[in-house]
Amino acid sequence: MTLAITIGVLVFGAVFLMLQRGLVRIILGFVMLGHAVNLMLMSAGGTFRRAQPLLGYTSADTASDPLPQAFVLTAIVIAFSITIYMLTLAATGTDDDTEDAS
Amino acid sequence: MNSALLPLLVAAPLSVAGLLILTWLPLWLSRTLLLAPSAVTLVASTALLWQTRDGSMLSHNVALWAEGVSIPFVVDTFSALMLWTTSLLVLVCAAFAIAVGDDKASYFGPLVLVLSAGVTGALMTGDLFNLFVFIEVMLLPAYGLLAMLGSLRRLKSGRIYVTLNLLTSTIFLAGVALVYGAADTVNLGRLAGAAAESPMVATGMGVIILALSVKSAAVPVHGWLARTYPSTSPAVTALFSGLHTKVAIYAIYRLYAVVFDGDATFLWIGVVVFSLTMLVGVLGAVGEDTTRSILVFHMISQIGYILLGVALFTELGLMAGIFYLIHHMIVKASLFLSTGAIEHTHGTGALNRLGGIAKREPLLALIFMGAALSLAGLPPFSGFVAKLTLVAGAFQAGEWVAAVIAVAVSLFTLMSMLKIWGGVFWGKEPEPRRPVEEPQTEGNGATSVLVRPKVPTVMLIPGVVLAATTLSIGLGATVLLDLSATAAANLLDTSTYVEAVLG
Repeated sequence: MTLAITIGVLVFGAVFLMLQRGLVRIILGFVMLGHAVNLMLMSAGGTFRRAQPLLGYTSADTASDPLPQAFVLTAIVIAFSITIYMLTLAATGTDDDTEDAS
Repeated sequence: MNSALLPLLVAAPLSVAGLLILTWLPLWLSRTLLLAPSAVTLVASTALLWQTRDGSMLSHNVALWAEGVSIPFVVDTFSALMLWTTSLLVLVCAAFAIAVGDDKASYFGPLVLVLSAGVTGALMTGDLFNLFVFIEVMLLPAYGLLAMLGSLRRLKSGRIYVTLNLLTSTIFLAGVALVYGAADTVNLGRLAGAAAESPMVATGMGVIILALSVKSAAVPVHGWLARTYPSTSPAVTALFSGLHTKVAIYAIYRLYAVVFDGDATFLWIGVVVFSLTMLVGVLGAVGEDTTRSILVFHMISQIGYILLGVALFTELGLMAGIFYLIHHMIVKASLFLSTGAIEHTHGTGALNRLGGIAKREPLLALIFMGAALSLAGLPPFSGFVAKLTLVAGAFQAGEWVAAVIAVAVSLFTLMSMLKIWGGVFWGKEPEPRRPVEEPQTEGNGATSVLVRPKVPTVMLIPGVVLAATTLSIGLGATVLLDLSATAAANLLDTSTYVEAVLG
């Protein structure tokens, strides 16, 4: 439940930020959206199993699912690189497009 | 070809890209290295087509991990066809970029190679999350290419392109999370038919299909395409048009066939949306006044045709859709490259600032006319066969409204092609915008006249190759029709595919 609420709050903030004009705010919105989706991936593995997934140490009933964690790791790397690229786009060019289009 | 070699098709372009970044090589060598991986893929995919022509499949668990943990790479007729076409397009577009000098921009070669590796991977993978990764591998270099080349508008359109694709990729990822939560797997073999049985998986897959529809620019989420593609360089536009949206279309075909098992419940949505796509795309082209923006709107309209095949989900419909997909990739790239050659030589693609090209460049005019007639669906080009089978498929499935729209839109397409033809190839050459200095008549009295540039032959070759391909597909349509039929049969009955994925 906590996860669901957190995801909801993050998506709310992300959508609000993405609807702004400035590119930096849009980027911050994307960062939040990325976090929301990463939490979704985490919750997809089931939050009730928390033990470390080590063969021989923990039984399969309590071990957490490593696959969604690997997904999240991959997704974080990709989102990180695109965020950097977008920040570069925000810095190049004349202005941050905060004015109304003329 | 041994199935253990499949991962090499992805690894080779990536390694060459790394080599090109890390080392400084003479121009001729780096150009050879840019073309070589696509040429190898072209040869390899021809071999794959030959091996899979009877409907059999090749599969390989990457790094030989056990089934369930590993990433499966699977090639059937459909993916082999796509591999063949995409590698041909990468080869031809890279050759065009070399001809116009785009490749001198720093890192052009490595970016194109990474892009092609991503496309190859996305076409072969049998894992939903891996599909997301490969689509990202394909998109990241595209961001760079889009912002590097073309008019100054590219920075603005670069922003639109990056934000849109990041948003849809994130939605895609959310869909993957939902599917994993509901089905506990993202392996396509294990997900087979899952969406038809469980509404929870169907919801997750619906989110994924939505993200893919945005990426393939179906109406009403098509606006980004017309805003971004015309502002980069022509070679890059041709490359993107052949690869990006088409990989998304391929994924829609594959996922709907495997995971939804062709569930008839949702097909009507597809028929409505894709009929609208055909109509809106072609009407959007009416208001445009440069060659490339007209062509981009036509692309949207053609995407409607291609996706109509999957919305019919009959044997004839799927076959027509796959045939149309291959035909469209080749023809569209040909059109972008032939108008791109004009744009590079004359400095503009605006209809009102060009004219009389047909008299000066007869070969170029011939290429353009061939590809344009093929796009509109006139015999003897491949477009005729594609449209005929698709309309027949729509009638057979009882979707006569979609069939009527498909025929009507063809007429509009022809009209738009005539608009480009009339504006660029016929008519008078417009007066130069800047006043030309008076001819100097001093000295020996020789007069210098204004010499209009002529399109170099080397820029024409890529367009010629693609136009010849569409003509030969049109004349020898049975070959591609047979292959499409095999691919369609594999989509209708996914048991072979599932078996191959599960190894």
